[in-house]
Amino acid sequence: MVLLISAFNFGLIFAFLALGVYISFRIFHFPDITADGSFAFGGAATTAMLVSGWGPMVATGVGFLAGMLAGATTGILHTRFRIHGLLSGILVMTALYSVNLHVLGKSNVTLSEASTLNKTWTAIVKKVVGDVERVDILGWMVGIQDLASLLLMVLLMMVVGSTLFCFLNTKFGTAMRGSGDNPQMILAMGVSDKLLLTFGLALANGLTALSGSLLVQYQEFADVQMGIGMVVWGLASVIIGESLVGESRFGLLIAGAILGSVLFRMMIAIALRCGLNPNDLKIITAFFVFVALVAPQWSRKRKTRLLVAKARVAGNA
Amino acid sequence: MLELSDIHKTFYAGTPNEVRSLRGVSLSMQQGSFVNVIGTNGSGKSTLLNAVAGTFLVDTGRIVLGSEDITRQPEHRRARRIGRVFQNPFSGSAPTMTIAENLALASRRGLSRGIGWSLSRSLREEIADRIRTLKMGLENRLDNPIGSLSGGQRQAITLLMATWVKPDLLLLDEHTAALDPRSADQVIRLTHEIVTRDQLTTLMVTHSMQQAVHLGDRILMMHQGHIVADLSGPEKARARAEDLLSRFDALRHRDQLTPAVRDLLELSYV
Ligand SMILES: Nc1ncnc2c1ncn2[C@@H]1O[C@H](COP(=O)(O)OP(=O)(O)OP(=O)(O)O)[C@@H](O)[C@H]1O
Ligand SMILES: [Mg+2]
Repeated sequence: MVLLISAFNFGLIFAFLALGVYISFRIFHFPDITADGSFAFGGAATTAMLVSGWGPMVATGVGFLAGMLAGATTGILHTRFRIHGLLSGILVMTALYSVNLHVLGKSNVTLSEASTLNKTWTAIVKKVVGDVERVDILGWMVGIQDLASLLLMVLLMMVVGSTLFCFLNTKFGTAMRGSGDNPQMILAMGVSDKLLLTFGLALANGLTALSGSLLVQYQEFADVQMGIGMVVWGLASVIIGESLVGESRFGLLIAGAILGSVLFRMMIAIALRCGLNPNDLKIITAFFVFVALVAPQWSRKRKTRLLVAKARVAGNA
Repeated sequence: MLELSDIHKTFYAGTPNEVRSLRGVSLSMQQGSFVNVIGTNGSGKSTLLNAVAGTFLVDTGRIVLGSEDITRQPEHRRARRIGRVFQNPFSGSAPTMTIAENLALASRRGLSRGIGWSLSRSLREEIADRIRTLKMGLENRLDNPIGSLSGGQRQAITLLMATWVKPDLLLLDEHTAALDPRSADQVIRLTHEIVTRDQLTTLMVTHSMQQAVHLGDRILMMHQGHIVADLSGPEKARARAEDLLSRFDALRHRDQLTPAVRDLLELSYV
């Protein structure tokens, strides 16, 4: 149970990352590698703020803005300086590594002394339910901090997810989706596709950085390496989400990405529990994404081969 | 309304692949006029329309729309006043978005796009009303993705999108070329209806001599980056498809001769 709740927590935290990846990879079809850097950037910025005594709300907001800045930079490199999309992301990601080291001051920093969103929120929850350390859920004793964090993440995700959904339904948000779908069309409709892409990447990386910011506050330490592999992680969540909800409208796909992230984290937790070496996590994630990307092609090919075979049989008969 | 003076455009200048697509094109279009552009393949018709739309900036020359010099304006700025339909039916709309969403996008062309809801109830009703005028039964499929429509249906919707906010200039680049004859007829009829109803200033490239003869009030013939013929008034009214075709043949004939002469000269000088 404890394991389950912590997996839920991680899953929801990484769901913000999945939303970011959904925006750049799916709405804009832009292979945005910046995410690896902006995830750590969000974490680092929040950590630095918390350590120097700022409140958790402000620190989290600054983490989000830091990501937006990173995403906008990638967007400008790509649209203004005409650098290949992948390369723009790689440049920003690489530069961010140094930036993150500077922001953190050293390669890892603990937040056990600082106040965090989770601690503040737990204190509020304790005021309501009384000063208990553990709660009995179906016979399992679960730490109040974990439960409170879960509640916080659920609430936060509901707010952010529905805001994103509403935003994508506004005139500006609709133009953004149109721009990803067919940039030539949006140009002919009098909006700069470059501007929309830059804004979209800023938003995507803002969400990714928010994910990093929430992660450092949950686990109470930040590491300059924490962003490595995040793009693939987010992509895995988005793909699982798509297989859950099918090819449907973006509202469902948003929900799918969130569910996908939670489910993916759950699968990982179970695999780790069954003795998977944590060092193998990234290669397994990469392999999973590979299979998810290739499987549809493969099944399509098999289907056509079957059809061809059938046609041949019919022809012979 | 539209004033082009001495437009030049060369692609890949200074390389072996150099293409001189527009070599001094001047054109003056009056408000409310409908001009057809015909010409051989590669004569620069699309390049002319793209130059006006701002897909690229021209090398020399001036483009004035109304009273505004748009020569150096970026494409999306010009699009606030210019409506476009492309040859490719896939180019003009967003395939995974619904019919209603696409038209909602079009309803804000040239206007601000704030964070208000994009599809209000009243806008939906207006969209349904306007779609009904297409007589394609699409008013019941407003929430289907555009990608599920046929090429003809998509072109009809693109035309609706390009003219929803009345443009100062409408650019049509062989917008029926990729359609089957029946759909092409339908889209041409719709074009005629909309253009006459709203009295739109229109520049249309067409591959069909029939369209050029029956529609509009002026025909431009292009060849190798020049306007080689400009028929209007009674001349346009008298023009027959066969006349236009024989003019093409004459141009082609001259082309065939030129390389031969060049070879001959080369032989005698080298
Ligand atoms: N963006 C571009 N880059 C390079 N070359 C171009 C570009 N656009 C047009 N050209 C070249 O300019 C010439 C004129 O092309 P254009 O498309 O204007 O011809 P067209 O009259 O529209 O022909 P068609 O009837 O085949 O559509 C061609 O040789 C073409 O290869
Ligand atoms: Mg053309």
